[in-house]
Amino acid sequence: MKRRDFLKSTGIIAGAGVVIPGVYGSVYAKTSYINNSFDLVAIKGGEPDAMFDESIKQLGGMSSFVKKNQTVVIKPNIGWDASPERGANTHPKLVKRVIEQCYNAGAKEVYVFDHTCDDWRKCYTNSGIEKAVSDAKGKMVPGNSESYYQDVEIKAGKSLKKAKVHELILQSDVFINIPILKNHGSTKVSLSMKNLMGAVWDRRFWHSNDLSQCIADYAAFNKKPSLNIVDGYYVMKRNGPRGVSVDDVVLMKSQILSTDIVSADSASAKIFGVEPSDISHIKIANSMGLGKMDLNSLNIKRITL
Amino acid sequence: MRQSNFRLLRIIISILFFIPTTYILIDFYGLVPGDVKKWILFLQFTPSVLNFITIGTLSITGFIIILALTFLFGRVYCSSVCPLGVLQDIINYFSKKIKKRKKKFIFVKENKLLRYSLLALTIIPIFFGINTFLVLLDPYSLYGRIAGNFALPILAFSNNGVAYILEQFNNYSVYPHDIQKFNIVPFAIVFSFFGLIAYLSFKHGRLYCNTICPVGTLLGIISKYSLFKIRIKEEECLSCGACARDCKAECIDSRTKIIDTSRCIACFDCIPSCPTEGITFSLKSSASSSDDSINNSKRNFLTKTSIYLLSLSAIGASVQKKIKITKPSTIPVFKENAVSPPGSFSLDKFNGKCTACHLCVTACPTQVLQPSFLEYGFTGMLQPHLDNSAGYCNFDCTICSDVCPTGAIIPITRNDKHLAQIGIAKFIKENCVVHTQKTDCGACSEHCPTKAVHMIPYEVKGLVIPEVREEYCIGCGACEFACPTIPYKSIYIEGNSIHKTAKKNVEEKKLEKVNMDEDFPF
Ligand code: SF4
Ligand code: SF4
Repeated sequence: MKRRDFLKSTGIIAGAGVVIPGVYGSVYAKTSYINNSFDLVAIKGGEPDAMFDESIKQLGGMSSFVKKNQTVVIKPNIGWDASPERGANTHPKLVKRVIEQCYNAGAKEVYVFDHTCDDWRKCYTNSGIEKAVSDAKGKMVPGNSESYYQDVEIKAGKSLKKAKVHELILQSDVFINIPILKNHGSTKVSLSMKNLMGAVWDRRFWHSNDLSQCIADYAAFNKKPSLNIVDGYYVMKRNGPRGVSVDDVVLMKSQILSTDIVSADSASAKIFGVEPSDISHIKIANSMGLGKMDLNSLNIKRITL
Repeated sequence: MRQSNFRLLRIIISILFFIPTTYILIDFYGLVPGDVKKWILFLQFTPSVLNFITIGTLSITGFIIILALTFLFGRVYCSSVCPLGVLQDIINYFSKKIKKRKKKFIFVKENKLLRYSLLALTIIPIFFGINTFLVLLDPYSLYGRIAGNFALPILAFSNNGVAYILEQFNNYSVYPHDIQKFNIVPFAIVFSFFGLIAYLSFKHGRLYCNTICPVGTLLGIISKYSLFKIRIKEEECLSCGACARDCKAECIDSRTKIIDTSRCIACFDCIPSCPTEGITFSLKSSASSSDDSINNSKRNFLTKTSIYLLSLSAIGASVQKKIKITKPSTIPVFKENAVSPPGSFSLDKFNGKCTACHLCVTACPTQVLQPSFLEYGFTGMLQPHLDNSAGYCNFDCTICSDVCPTGAIIPITRNDKHLAQIGIAKFIKENCVVHTQKTDCGACSEHCPTKAVHMIPYEVKGLVIPEVREEYCIGCGACEFACPTIPYKSIYIEGNSIHKTAKKNVEEKKLEKVNMDEDFPF
């Protein structure tokens, strides 16, 4: 039963702020219709949108992820009140092109949100993502009110057994994760798995209960991203995840695509210049069987534009 | 214009002031830009005076215009511009509807001692940098708090209802407004004042304005000498008392045919009530009632005031020292100083100018600005402080300084704000997750906009722990807000009693460009 049906059937009409616990749990879409031969695509040398056009082709095009009339939710990193060149948020051009491709594949509705760290209205505008989304006719949705978040269980989690997840992630047919590749003060790098901290409400719990373990645990939650697109265009090499100025950023013009969140992070870590096995959450997720860290076992498509 | 229409005109003007003023005081959407807000508040008396003392620009003319208008027409400020006055009229209007028989007022003698004592208690301490009574009694600020505590929740609740309904149709265009924090004591104070004012206006019309309000008393002194006044025409007057029954200021003595102009708020309610046009608003005649008793009472309470003041500042000082922010646990956090907003320069300057109208509190997008209880000590009660349990000061935001009408927070540029050190982060290692649990955290460093908190290697290999480089810290409180430890934070902001300038973090050079021709590293 969907949340709104639940509310209708019980006749509750109340202001936002009401939280209906645990009605989700089992409602999630099965999203394994990938019919390609590559496990991972690595591309570099182009603009974010052009690279995406090319890389998604290698995975059979957007239509292998999005079917007609499906609703899609996209979770970029919009965590910070910073302009695109600061490399703190996902590049707006990439977000825009992903939305366009979703609509071309027949998507009914494409939603974009993040539970931001800075003032969300400023993050949405100054990241350039709000404009990119409206240009592509997507729907920009707020994520900074607890009322949007639903309790879920993470059965396989070790530290993180429960979380409050944004309702759109639970409702939508397809979930696409678009993190940005950057440095991070304590987890060393911030990638696909780390980006999902913005999909939940209570992040403080993660920080105080073994952050790396929680990051890996959340990757075990059963509504997984159908696709991870790691934006490595502007890469913040230090002072992450917020960054101090554009001086922290190098232009790397790269992108990684994979349906396997651990592989995506493993390859991205390499691009960043660190060993995946040195990143606690990648190692933990690998050992929990949530994906493959060993890039040698993967069928990788490498492209230079 | 016929004089009987003056009342209608006054009502129209008061609505034109009341609605925009109320709206900007609860504008959590941030729809109205800061400078427009200032223009809407341009004529508000106390903010204009204080702003004049501080920066002496733009707002100078606001209170001068009011003084001039008062000298010409009496207390038109009180009847039209002052939002608290209009609020009382609204309450009074409903009290008439509720009570079966028509609401009647009777003449009441002036309570001089109370009026002038409160005026002195308000004004004199300001010269010592204490504005406790101004904060408590200033009508604009009182109204600001009432709007913030009562009208804003109504707006927020309706907004959230709409947001919720739209959400059911997957429409997210209206977002819920979550109120981050409920401050019980400040709320209770506002509630009591609201209760008092509502009661007084329900029973006695404008008794608050005529007896308690310091602005009313001050303007009342001037209006004694105003050119135009409400007066009774001896020859037309039937002594029927109709005017007195309609006078919500209770200042018409129809028996002696004398009007106490210092209490008359120029509402013109009496004019249409007179059956014979025996009451007019007209140019001053040479005769004016004399008031000798004032001088005595003035002298009297000056002495009283100074005694009171001495004890007051002593209480304030003692309270200020032992402010405890949180409850006992491993390492409790003690903050010596509260944090005042960037642009306020020092606690003293801020406390001396802020009237706690809470315009900035509603405007603050992160809701870090919260009304204080004893954080600034007794004398700074209700003035906003940065409460990092509710939020933190967004790096690029200067909204509070844009809207502050009194000059307590002076407009500050974004660049200055980036270096305005309002406080300094203090790290308590013994509370920190990295130390107590031997796991990663670094939430503080993550959120720090200047990287004043950075992560350095810890005793356990692979782990990093925060270190504060105080010279870069601006005291925004992002670290404290993000820190997950309970009940005490492991990193907190100690306020700077005098704001300082932080050093710009430019130690690091621009990074080299990467070579695009290299192969993939896998
Ligand atoms: S150390 Fe804390 S208070 Fe200081 S600038 Fe950084 S986040 Fe703000
Ligand atoms: S956020 Fe708090 S617990 Fe976490 S590292 Fe910083 S000080 Fe320690």
